[in-house]
Amino acid sequence: MQSDVTSFASLAPAYPELLMAVGAVVVLLLALFWKNVRPGVIAVVAIVLLLATLAVLVLQPASGVLFNGIVIVDGFARYMKALVLGAAAATVMISLSNSKEHGIDKFEYSVLVLLATLGMMIMVSANDLMSLYIGLELQSLALYVVAAMKREDPRAAEAGIKYFVLGALSSGMLLYGASLVYGFTGTTQLDQIVAAITLETRSIGLIFGMVFLLAGIAFKISAVPFHMWTPDVYEGAPTPVTAFFAAAPKVAAMALFIRVTTVSFGPITKDWQQIVIFLSIASMVLASFAAIGQDNLKRLLAYSSIGHVGFALVGLSAGTAVGVEGVAVYMAIYVAMTVGIFACVLALRTEDGRPVETITALAGLAQRKPFVAAIIAILMFSLIGLPPLAGFFAKWQVFLAAVEQNLFVLAVIGVLASAVSAFYYLRIIKVMYFDEPVAKFAAVPGELTAVMAGVGFLIVTYFFTVARPLTDAAHAAAGSLF
Amino acid sequence: MDFVVSALDYLLGIPIFGWGTQVGFIYKGLLLLVALLIFTAYILLADRKIWAAVQVRRGPNVVGPFGLLQSFADLLKFVFKEPVIPASSDKVLFLLAPLVTSILALSAYAVIPFDKGWALADINIGVLYIFAISSLGVYGVIIGGWSSNSKYAFLGALRSAAQMVSYEVSIGLVIITVLLVAGSLNLTDIVTAQQSGGIAHMLGVPWLSILNWYWLPLFPMFVVFYISALAETNRPPFDLPEGESELVAGYMVEYSSTPYLLFMLGEYIAIILMCSMTTILFLGGWASPLDIAPFNWIPGVVWFGLKLCLVFFMFAMAKAMVPRYRYDQLMRIGWKVFLPISLAMVVIVAFVLQLTGWGWHGGAV
Amino acid sequence: MTLPLFFFYVFSVITVASALMVIAARNPVHSVLFLILAFVNSAGLFMLAGAEFLALILIVVYVGAVAVLFLFVTMMLDVDFASLRQGMLQYAPVGVVVGVILLLELLLVGGSFVLPTGVEATAMVPIEQGVQNTKAIGQLLYTRYVFLFQGAAGILLVAMIGAIVLTLRHKSNVKRQDVFRQTGRKRSEGVELVKVKSGQGL
Repeated sequence: MQSDVTSFASLAPAYPELLMAVGAVVVLLLALFWKNVRPGVIAVVAIVLLLATLAVLVLQPASGVLFNGIVIVDGFARYMKALVLGAAAATVMISLSNSKEHGIDKFEYSVLVLLATLGMMIMVSANDLMSLYIGLELQSLALYVVAAMKREDPRAAEAGIKYFVLGALSSGMLLYGASLVYGFTGTTQLDQIVAAITLETRSIGLIFGMVFLLAGIAFKISAVPFHMWTPDVYEGAPTPVTAFFAAAPKVAAMALFIRVTTVSFGPITKDWQQIVIFLSIASMVLASFAAIGQDNLKRLLAYSSIGHVGFALVGLSAGTAVGVEGVAVYMAIYVAMTVGIFACVLALRTEDGRPVETITALAGLAQRKPFVAAIIAILMFSLIGLPPLAGFFAKWQVFLAAVEQNLFVLAVIGVLASAVSAFYYLRIIKVMYFDEPVAKFAAVPGELTAVMAGVGFLIVTYFFTVARPLTDAAHAAAGSLF
Repeated sequence: MDFVVSALDYLLGIPIFGWGTQVGFIYKGLLLLVALLIFTAYILLADRKIWAAVQVRRGPNVVGPFGLLQSFADLLKFVFKEPVIPASSDKVLFLLAPLVTSILALSAYAVIPFDKGWALADINIGVLYIFAISSLGVYGVIIGGWSSNSKYAFLGALRSAAQMVSYEVSIGLVIITVLLVAGSLNLTDIVTAQQSGGIAHMLGVPWLSILNWYWLPLFPMFVVFYISALAETNRPPFDLPEGESELVAGYMVEYSSTPYLLFMLGEYIAIILMCSMTTILFLGGWASPLDIAPFNWIPGVVWFGLKLCLVFFMFAMAKAMVPRYRYDQLMRIGWKVFLPISLAMVVIVAFVLQLTGWGWHGGAV
Repeated sequence: MTLPLFFFYVFSVITVASALMVIAARNPVHSVLFLILAFVNSAGLFMLAGAEFLALILIVVYVGAVAVLFLFVTMMLDVDFASLRQGMLQYAPVGVVVGVILLLELLLVGGSFVLPTGVEATAMVPIEQGVQNTKAIGQLLYTRYVFLFQGAAGILLVAMIGAIVLTLRHKSNVKRQDVFRQTGRKRSEGVELVKVKSGQGL
């Protein structure tokens, strides 16, 4: 059996992954043998590595199927990988100034983030059920550890264990589904599975396999009803880790979801469409109502992210290239908003250095820290989806795709859920602007201000600045799947 | 019913009387078993004698001339004593543990080639089989220690589980380096590979086959294997599971009479197994050290036995001379010294073989 | 009945029976031991299928290492199963419902299992005649599946980093042995020769 990797140059499409893998190990060794290096320095090295990988990915666009069909690099994979890398770099950056108080000031944090990112890249380019699983496990295992990294904090330990147990359960379901799909189609390669399926020959076993497979991935994007772990893990994990959880892995798992449904199960779109529509409606509705009663900011953001996954799935349920394009745009905007909102949360500290984690503690923020309050307000309006802001365009595109496929009910429910969610987003703005200030806040570190300002700028001017190139890139990405 | 016939032929056949087509497996097995047990009896005696000699004592010298029948006397003594089973022990497991130890140790001999073609089963992954069997050896200890329901025994079992699992790692890596050079997992092939090429051939003196054997080119691995074998078989200086000075006798403390005998037997047979493995992997198995006239007339099994005794002598001397290691030192050597060394050697050996084309390199299909 | 078939039944009956005993045994240590028995017999089944390498690796890795640690932990934990089982009846109906649903699903899937035509032809990688399966696995693992092989290695690396990061504590008040410093010590650092005048002491 010969490998199709005959020369180093034939690996060109996988250069980003290679750089990432080698780089992660080098960073690990560097941190181990460089005596007394501060973890912050290693984190900066990790950011540089992430950005370098991003540069290789963007500047050297090579496509192809590698390793005997196990890995595929196409426009979609590159787009999603760029999002993952950007999200990872941004979340490591916003954790630089506050890693000590969150108990993640260890070099292993950076290394694990790098390896998790590598896993996400493998997930995004997976063209085989086996590489899908390997990538998923590489990512998940690193995330379980990162969640529990603040050892002395029982909440973090609880988050880690909960995440681990439920993650293992979801992996089991995914493997069970994968084995059924393999059994009924005779292949594990995603683009060959499609050849073995036709609308007439689909069997009940194959549908079962697909359902389990999708359930396993739905765990990772935390779509309802597989969302139970999300609020607890987001609340318990250190805030910078939560920021990372909310941004990068969601993108990777969503990419996986899209690839598995559109590429492998293309002929039975009608079957998976029902599942996606159900997940989508359940996520949107449940998240909107459950978030209302939350006072903890991180819990609220957890429900918010569940809701946004629901909105993104609206685009996928259309099952068309336009829909996938919508999801791609949605994920990009979602990542930007998530990074921005977590930068704000991390920036808020009381004068004695304790992090602010509840909504009531935000009272009167507008008077103490008008800039942070303004950014939060912009982000909240964008998360609701009010017109001139980026969040609006994200939702508009996915709803448009759904309406094109005559999924009116879905679109209507989505808009209603959006209206309900406005309630809790607006409550934060109300608390910040109209309540009397109680606590004093510490100064905001420089790089967080920069991130907040950048995100705020992009969201406000979205339509004039990034809308066109982003939509074009998403269009090309979606086009490579259909 | 033809499977019964073929099974009977395989197990009990005697071709001379027309009973079957092959010599029954049971006869060969029994022969091996008896030879092995007698050999073990004398190895045990040798162990005690060497130990005594180092300490300027006489050792056992009462039963038979020079104490030659001492082991058999011990055997009788153990068998006729009353087995004491602790009241709150897990009785089934308590009696199972010594059986597991001794049966596992014995079953590994199925694949050892004592001479060319003298292996009971010449399977093509013999090394892996032995490695698997020796990795199971820990169960006798751990089950025995737990089922005794005694603190000392349990502590001994815990120590032993950690120790044996740790040293298995470096043993596995050492075996991998040998496999890299020999290119086969079959024990017979490994021995013949040591004859057919090596340093003596490179020097132009092919008859000096003692230089061909892997102990010379893989000397660091030979040392690592020897020390790891001591640890794997719980021999002094790594006999912490027994640790009679602090754990009285570790996992064996509650055992008496025949179960104790089986533990003892299993332990010594495992030691001889490790000596045989050293002989096969590093000392050329049954081959004569000088491939010239008077030496290569001697049957291979004699050479095998001599080499085995030499390795055992080194084991016995280590027991007599080296003080017992502390537990953290033991773990330090296993994980921080042997593991990196053997891991590095796997890489180095692979590189050298690939770059020079020495040894086995027929794998590139 | 042929000899391999006979052994197949022996191994599979013991495997299934010991797997049942894993969940039926009262004592958790017995459960683990039955699990080990199940592993060993599955290795026997592998052996019958001609996959001798997999069989022995199963024993080395699962029985020789993983299950030992498992047993180790189970013995240390001293789990009292009687108290664990107290709430069991309370949840039994839910369990039964889930079990029945899963059983129905399995039956549905099993009943509809039809291999697509030509699956034998697409068998992922048939082993060539006359190649030992150790060699065959090696050739496959390092060529066609090298990506997955390295990915799995990455997972193990993450597991290792994780285990260290979550459990390793550097205690500052513990005396540690530094072997190199200890053996590198000179006589002059440890012993001092002092001339003592008689009758005066030090």
